[in-house]
Amino acid sequence: MVLLSPSGDVALQQRNLMLASVALMLLVIIPVMALTIFFAWRYRASAKATYHPDWNHSLPLEVVIWSVPLLIIVVLGAMTWMGTHLLDPYRPLNRIAAGKPMVEAKAGGNGVRKQPMVIQVVALDWKWLFLYPAQGIASLNEVVAPVDQPIEFRITSSSVMNSLFIPALAGQIYAMPGMQTKLNAVINRPGDFEGFSANYSGAGFSDMRFRFRGVDDKAFGEWVQGAIRGGSTLGRDEYLVLERPSEREPVRYFRDIPSDLFTAILNMCVDRAKMCMRDMMAMDAKGGGGKEGIHTVVALEYDKSVRRGGQPLPPRPFVTAICTPTDVYGAAGMSARAVN
Amino acid sequence: MTSYPDWWKLIFGRFTLEAIPYHEPILIATFAAVLLGGLALVALISRFKLWGYLWHEWFTSVDHKKIGIMYMILGVIMLLRGFADALMMRGQQAIAFAGNEGYLPPHHYDQIFTAHGVIMIFFVAMPFVTGLMNYVVPLQIGARDVAFPFLNNFSFWMTVGGAVLVMASLFIGEFAKVGWLAYPPLSGAAYSPGVGMDYYLWALQIAGIGTTLSGVNLIATIVKMRAPGMDLMKMPIFTWTSLCTNVLIVATFPILAATLALLTLDRYVGTNFFTNDLGGNPMMYVNLIWIWGHPEVYILILPLFGVYSEVASTFCGKRLFGYASMVYATVVITILSYLVWLHHFFTMGSGASVNSFFGITTMIISIPTGAKIFNWLFTMYRGRIRFELPMMWLLAFMITFVIGGMTGVMLAVPPADFVLHNSLFLIAHFHNVIIGGVVFGVFAGIAYWFPKAFGFKLDPFWGHLSFWFWVIGFYVAFMPLYILGLMGVTRRLSRFEDPSLQIWFVIAAFGAVLIALGILCFLIQIGVSILRREQLRDTTGDPWDGRTLEWSTSSPPPAYNFAFTPIAHDLDAWADMKKRGYQRPLTGYRPIHMPRNTGAGLIIAGLATICGFALIWYIWWLAALSFVSVIAAVIIHTFNYDRDFHIPADEVVQAEDARTQLLGRA
Repeated sequence: MVLLSPSGDVALQQRNLMLASVALMLLVIIPVMALTIFFAWRYRASAKATYHPDWNHSLPLEVVIWSVPLLIIVVLGAMTWMGTHLLDPYRPLNRIAAGKPMVEAKAGGNGVRKQPMVIQVVALDWKWLFLYPAQGIASLNEVVAPVDQPIEFRITSSSVMNSLFIPALAGQIYAMPGMQTKLNAVINRPGDFEGFSANYSGAGFSDMRFRFRGVDDKAFGEWVQGAIRGGSTLGRDEYLVLERPSEREPVRYFRDIPSDLFTAILNMCVDRAKMCMRDMMAMDAKGGGGKEGIHTVVALEYDKSVRRGGQPLPPRPFVTAICTPTDVYGAAGMSARAVN
Repeated sequence: MTSYPDWWKLIFGRFTLEAIPYHEPILIATFAAVLLGGLALVALISRFKLWGYLWHEWFTSVDHKKIGIMYMILGVIMLLRGFADALMMRGQQAIAFAGNEGYLPPHHYDQIFTAHGVIMIFFVAMPFVTGLMNYVVPLQIGARDVAFPFLNNFSFWMTVGGAVLVMASLFIGEFAKVGWLAYPPLSGAAYSPGVGMDYYLWALQIAGIGTTLSGVNLIATIVKMRAPGMDLMKMPIFTWTSLCTNVLIVATFPILAATLALLTLDRYVGTNFFTNDLGGNPMMYVNLIWIWGHPEVYILILPLFGVYSEVASTFCGKRLFGYASMVYATVVITILSYLVWLHHFFTMGSGASVNSFFGITTMIISIPTGAKIFNWLFTMYRGRIRFELPMMWLLAFMITFVIGGMTGVMLAVPPADFVLHNSLFLIAHFHNVIIGGVVFGVFAGIAYWFPKAFGFKLDPFWGHLSFWFWVIGFYVAFMPLYILGLMGVTRRLSRFEDPSLQIWFVIAAFGAVLIALGILCFLIQIGVSILRREQLRDTTGDPWDGRTLEWSTSSPPPAYNFAFTPIAHDLDAWADMKKRGYQRPLTGYRPIHMPRNTGAGLIIAGLATICGFALIWYIWWLAALSFVSVIAAVIIHTFNYDRDFHIPADEVVQAEDARTQLLGRA
């Protein structure tokens, strides 16, 4: 049972909290179960035991009934408050494992704090894309991390809600389009673990699985080199192809990834003709485009439903990009407007 | 796809012949069975000339007792459908291993788990709960009917309308493939373009109107129509829990209606409330739906807490221990149930403080719930316990429910929830509380009040058989799911890779078969009891030595419930009356003022259902026509002044004399 014997420190602490809460509650539950059976047997009609038909109130008993669960909940509540803050997925880790602090002691000098490795995660229909910005590579349906290396996952989705879950590593968090969630975790034992989406996302959901591998530093370096050597390019155009719904994709590697690809995915503007969410929000925050703003909304033939096997939908509006650093005159948006 | 001429679209909207799933053998077989069964039923009814009887005595009835019974029948029928879905899922998950795709493609499997959830909550649990409340509450408070008898009939038919739409989706088109709460963006137009999602929206919207109105009705009934002397703290505990439940219904179902309406607007007219782009926010939907959804689980369980309390005090032959604390616990649960919704999505990225707040409020609910368990426990203490069927269900509930409560508190600890969320552990947890709490309670309630409703007890042999199949079946079916959850298996999967999981799914499937036998035994129990009704007959109207007012009248009660409005002097009014040597008055009957039956409820609800169907299929002319007809029918009904009549005094005399004779014979 992977949840009871995980390989990552975060999942381990989550398990400990789970076991502690069970132990606390069993203090009440076992007596209740035992008393239920005992009373049912003791006061069965045929036993002719003591019978007090009008006894229906007892202040001391009521005090016990309300205060014992209350005390347990006070203890459990305190544990919850602390545990929830310490194990908040957004909070940077403060240790590698029990007894292993984040700061590595160095002989004769100040320790060096381990910096987390960033992995950007995109839930696609129906596969997982992992981008390694520092290494300049990406992988599909496989994620590899060095043992005892803190990881910071930055998670988004291309279309619908999913949930990134690697049970051996840490708890899950939702992957949502146009939004970024974070998960800090660390793997303490090498191994090959299962990861998947834990939130139903449509027809290909059951096969939305990937492998999470914890390896030593050397093997990680080799894996990265392998991806650089053998991977294919992943630019914006390739991403738009990759993003299309597909199932049971084999593991693949990518290199030459534009540094702004994840930002573009997050802001739903990989297609340069679309205005990025953050630009739109910035404009809206300043009062919006007013009546002029309506000119940037064009009808887009929404083809996702067809790809998912549905009927074509009427054109849906989208907001075109006004301009981008590489396209200062907004030519892409203009041409999209012209087409419509 | 064949092309259709333009006039086709004008008349039939987006309905095409391809929408009939004649290529799905499972559905065709089901359809054939339903068709044959339906035809046989129609033939039988016609053969025995029962149409008039059904129409006048049942369909158009405004009698809360008959409506209550119809709700229960609806619940049983839909239970069969919902359970068939459960068996299919268990079957699929038990075989779909190691490359085996199982017998259900995702397209079908995903509809099944969505339909299972929707049906079990909205069209099984809700009708059962509403049916029990409808039947029992007016009797318990000494009233002759509910506050708004016509509305009651209308509410029932609206619930049926929703159920009809869900059933229609089996054979015309498809059902939603989104999970029972239909989170956008998946449920939005872009990702679920078909009719399935629209069936979901309109079925729930129509049934939801019925539920809301029945909530209004029962609140008014309980607040305004209690027998003289029955102040709030002398109300039977079932009435108390019903009051709290209906307060919850009235406060939360409008949220559901609004949320579904916003999603409907997104799908039909292209608004962007919950879309990814153009300023929509799917997280808003998740919050809104759970602001309804969490109170909803208390709507389901609270009335059953009431049932258990009645059963406990009756079969222990004792006053309920801690009546006041039971009432306060119920009220506290009612209020707290609004403050916990976020625990359904700790994993959506809220900060630690928000998550802790909702985790702790959730745990706090376990305190009043725990107090209730202790109260039932100490009701048994120094009682004289008769192990009739309802009492057996109570004991099974107490043992089972505390396990579900414990796993519920585990899930309320946010860091633990991060690993357990959406897993089969969660599935096991909520089936543990819903089967162990709601379903067991419904069966306890049915066994307890059946003799009141029909004048004879249920057959104990088949009842016990059904009981053991259900209880053992529950444990066999759901304990493996707890284990699978701890093995990190998530919900809604239609195929698996890891072969070591298979054995647990096979055990779970076997458990589901045991439960199926439990349901079968229940149905046999009803049939056998009807056949053996003379041996099982109860002439006293009080077969269990009951304590509340419903046991003071005959079984089945006359249309007017009580010839004289009873007067309550104490909690457990009937036990108190018996103790004081109450003599039933035998003279002085007067004509009784009663509401008259009307077909308006059925007609309006039928038109609303047609309107829903037309909207689902974009048949705009029919939608407009039926919508206008609904409005017209409502207006016409307001001009119906023939709404009440008096049962003549001599009819009352006759009925009461017959009862006197029966009582004399007993």
